[in-house]
Amino acid sequence: MQSLEQIKVRIEQAVPGACVVIVANDALPTQSSLLLDHRHAVDVARFLRDDPELCFDYASNVTGVDRPESIIKEKVRVKKMVDGAECLIEEVSERKTRAYLEAVYHLYSMKLKHGPLIIRLQTENREEKTHLPSLTPVWRSCEFQEREAFDLFGILFDGHPDLRRILMWDGFKDFPMRKDYVDPDDYEYEPTPHDEVLERAKQHYKPEVQS
Amino acid sequence: MIAPREEFKSWQSGVAGNGSGNGSGNGSSYGAVRSSEAKLVKKTDDSLGGDLLEVAMGPHHPSTHGVFRMDVVLDGETVVKLKPVFGYLHRNHEKIGETNSYLAAIPYTDRLDYICSMTNNWAYVHTVEKLTGLQPPERAEYIRVIVAELTRLVNHTCLIGFLVQDMGALGTPLMYAFRERENIIDLFESLSGSRMMFNYMRFGGLRCDLPPGWIEQAKRVVANYSRFLDDYEALLSGNEILLARSQGVGVLKKDLAISAGVTGPMLRASGVNYDLRKVDQYGIYNRFQFRIPLGEHGDVFDRYMIRVLEMREAVKILDQALAQIPEGPINDPKAKLRGLRPKPGEVYGRIESPKGELGFYLITDGSPNPYRFRIRPPSLINLTILEDMCLGQSVADAVIILGSVDIVLGEVDR
Amino acid sequence: MLGSGLIKGLAQTAKNFFGSYHDPARMVTVEYPEQKRVVPEASRTIPFLVYDGEDPELGLRCTACKICEVECPTQCIYIVKNTSKKPDHVGKMQFHPATFDIDISVCMGCGICAEVCPFDSIKMDQVFELSTADRFESLLLHKQQLAKPNSYFGKIHPTEAGEIDIRREQDKRKAEAKAKADAEAKARAAAEVQNAAANSAAPPPSPQTVTPA
Repeated sequence: MQSLEQIKVRIEQAVPGACVVIVANDALPTQSSLLLDHRHAVDVARFLRDDPELCFDYASNVTGVDRPESIIKEKVRVKKMVDGAECLIEEVSERKTRAYLEAVYHLYSMKLKHGPLIIRLQTENREEKTHLPSLTPVWRSCEFQEREAFDLFGILFDGHPDLRRILMWDGFKDFPMRKDYVDPDDYEYEPTPHDEVLERAKQHYKPEVQS
Repeated sequence: MIAPREEFKSWQSGVAGNGSGNGSGNGSSYGAVRSSEAKLVKKTDDSLGGDLLEVAMGPHHPSTHGVFRMDVVLDGETVVKLKPVFGYLHRNHEKIGETNSYLAAIPYTDRLDYICSMTNNWAYVHTVEKLTGLQPPERAEYIRVIVAELTRLVNHTCLIGFLVQDMGALGTPLMYAFRERENIIDLFESLSGSRMMFNYMRFGGLRCDLPPGWIEQAKRVVANYSRFLDDYEALLSGNEILLARSQGVGVLKKDLAISAGVTGPMLRASGVNYDLRKVDQYGIYNRFQFRIPLGEHGDVFDRYMIRVLEMREAVKILDQALAQIPEGPINDPKAKLRGLRPKPGEVYGRIESPKGELGFYLITDGSPNPYRFRIRPPSLINLTILEDMCLGQSVADAVIILGSVDIVLGEVDR
Repeated sequence: MLGSGLIKGLAQTAKNFFGSYHDPARMVTVEYPEQKRVVPEASRTIPFLVYDGEDPELGLRCTACKICEVECPTQCIYIVKNTSKKPDHVGKMQFHPATFDIDISVCMGCGICAEVCPFDSIKMDQVFELSTADRFESLLLHKQQLAKPNSYFGKIHPTEAGEIDIRREQDKRKAEAKAKADAEAKARAAAEVQNAAANSAAPPPSPQTVTPA
C-alpha cells in the first residue's frame, strides 16, 4: 500500500479542491488517518474505491466519536525577568478544544488485500450543525453503521437512503453514546447495595412501592 | 435436476493446499447501488381485489434466532419488501466499555456473540495488544488458535443445525449438533471454568494454563469430530429436500457482497477469497496448512457447504496445533493484570470470527478506561443485504436466508 | 436416484437411534435432579470469601482493600471497612470488612474478583442451585452467607487451595522466623546497650590485660 502522504497527494491531484489533512496517531503510527472536507468527501471516497492502485472496495468499520469541548492545561516554561534577573517560570496555559462529532471509516481492499486506510469527517459543532455527507452511495456497508452513528451520536448523514434510528426505538429523543448523556432515573426500586443508585431510585418510587 | 455440487467433491478428499482460491474480486466498478430487483416483482393481480400484506415476523418468532423482527411486505407468498428491525437486545455495550477499565471489558465481550465467546475475547485482547505492544508467548498463541478453531466448530455445527431446523428438519440434526457441541463445551469448561462465558484471554496471554490431560482429551474430541462430520454430511449434504430448498435461494452476487461489507463464510460462499486468517495472518495462523473453501453461486446451499468445509479445515488446523503445541509460559512478562493505561492514540484490530470480521476500535486518552470503545459486529453488517437476498423469494425462503446469514442477536444489538 | 440422499440420511438417523441404547458417546445427558454432573475443578459460579480456622469473623482473610470492588465489571460488590484491625495469618494488623455484600443477581460470575485479590480471600464457588422465591433479599449475599471455611475451598479447588496453603504456611514460617530473629536481634542490641553502659561506667580494660601474653 502507498504511504499516507502519497495517497494524500494522489487524492489532491484526482479531486481538485479537495482538502486533506493527515491526522497523526501517536500510539500506532501505521493507523494514522486522513481528515476530509465535507464538500469533496464523496468524490474522494469514489476515487479511493475506483482507483486501480488503491482499490479500497470494502468499508469495514464506520463509527462516530463524540468530542465535547474540553480544556487542555499545558505547562509552559517561560523566561521572564524578575527583579532584574532572568529566571524560568512555569505558566499554565489553558486551551479550549473545539467541540465536534466525528465519523471514522476504516477502509480495506479485498481485491489487493491491503489496508487499513482510515478517513475521518468532522462536524462543525455538536448542537445544530451535525451534518456530514453520507458515504453509503459509495460503500453499501456504511448503511447500517451510519444509521447507528446517527442513532447513538446524532450525526446527520446527508444523502443516506434511510436515516432512521436503528438500535433505540423511534420515539427516543437523546443520543446515548454522547459523553454528556445522562441516563434516566427510572430504575426499578431494588435493594441494591449501591446507595447512589438506591437514592436515585427512591426519588422515583415513593415509599408506597416498598409496602 | 437436484444434485450435490461437484465442485466441492475435491475438498472432501483432504488434499492440503495453500488456500489460493478462484475468486479475488473481479475489479469491476461495483457501485454501492441499492438493489433494483424490487421492481421486478410481479404486480398483484388486482382482479381479485388482492392487496399487499404487511407481516411483522418477530420479534418473538422461532425462525428469527432471537429477538429480531423482519417487517415483510408480501404479495401472496412473495416478499416485496423487507425491513429488518433490531434493538430489542440493545444494552449499549459500547458505553459500558467506555465506563469500565480495559480488563473489565473482557467478560462483557463474552456476551456479544455468546456462541463464540473465545473468538470475541481474542478479538478484543488482540486489539489491545496491538495498541500496547504486548506479545503473547508461543504456548499462549497455540492455545488461542486451538480454542478459536474449536469455537469455529461449535458455531458452524450449531448454525447448520438451526438452518436445517428452519428448513423443517425439526430436532434431529440440531440435537446431533448440540451433542457434539457438548464435548467441546466440556473442554472449555475444564479449561476456563465456565461453559459459555469463558473470560479466558488476557492482554499478552491467557488467564490460566491448560489443566493436566486437556490436550489428550482435545485430541480425542477432534478425532471424533471428523467422524461426526462424515455422519452429519451423510445425513444432510445429499438430502434432496435440503438441496431443493437451498440451491438457487438467496443468491448474493460477489460485487454486492464486497460493497456491502459482508464477511466470513457468507462472503466466501459468494466466491471472494478473503479470510483474515490468510490476509492478516494474526496470531500464528501462518504456521498451519489449511485452505479457504470458496463457493460459486452464493446461494444458501453454498453457505451451508462452505461451513461444512470450513469445519473440515478447522479440524486440520486443530490436528496440527495440538501436535505442535510447546511447553512454556502463557503470559507476557511485561503484562500487568490491573491498571492498564495505554498511551493516547487509537487502534483498529480485527480477527476472523466464525461469523465474519469481528473488529474492535479503541480510542485511548491515557486514562484507565477507553475513550471510545467500538465493536464492529459481523452479524449486523451481514444483515445489510438481507432485503436484497430475500426480494422476490417466498416467505418460507426468507426464513432460511436469514438462517444462512448466521446472526446472533447479542452481537447485532450489542 | 432421487431419494437416495433421503434414504442415506434415514440410515444415519437409525444408526444414531439404536446407538443411543448402547454407545456412551451417543448418550450425553444426565437425569438431572437424581443424577448430578461432576463439575471440573476449574468450574466457577459466584464468589465466596475464604476464612481460616473455625471462626468466620476472626479467620476471614479479607482485608477490605476494595480492589475487587473497584475491578468488578458489574459493580456488584459493596464493602465497608471496619475501624478496628485484627491480625492476619502472619500476625500483621489488617483492616477487615464491616460489611461485605455481593448482589448475585447482578454478578456475572466472571471471576475477575478472585483473580485480582492479593490476599487469596475471594474465590469462586461451584454452587449452582441458587434459585429462590425472593428476588431481593435472598440474592443479596452478606458476609455471613459468603464466608466459607478453607476446608471447603480445598474440597472444590484442591490444586489451587493446596498451593495457596503451602504459600501461606511458608509466609507464616518466614514471618515467625523473622519475628524470632527480630526478637533476638532486639535482645542482642539491648544486651549490647547494657554492656556498653556497663563498660562506659567502668574504664575499658587495656589490651594487654585482655589478650593473653
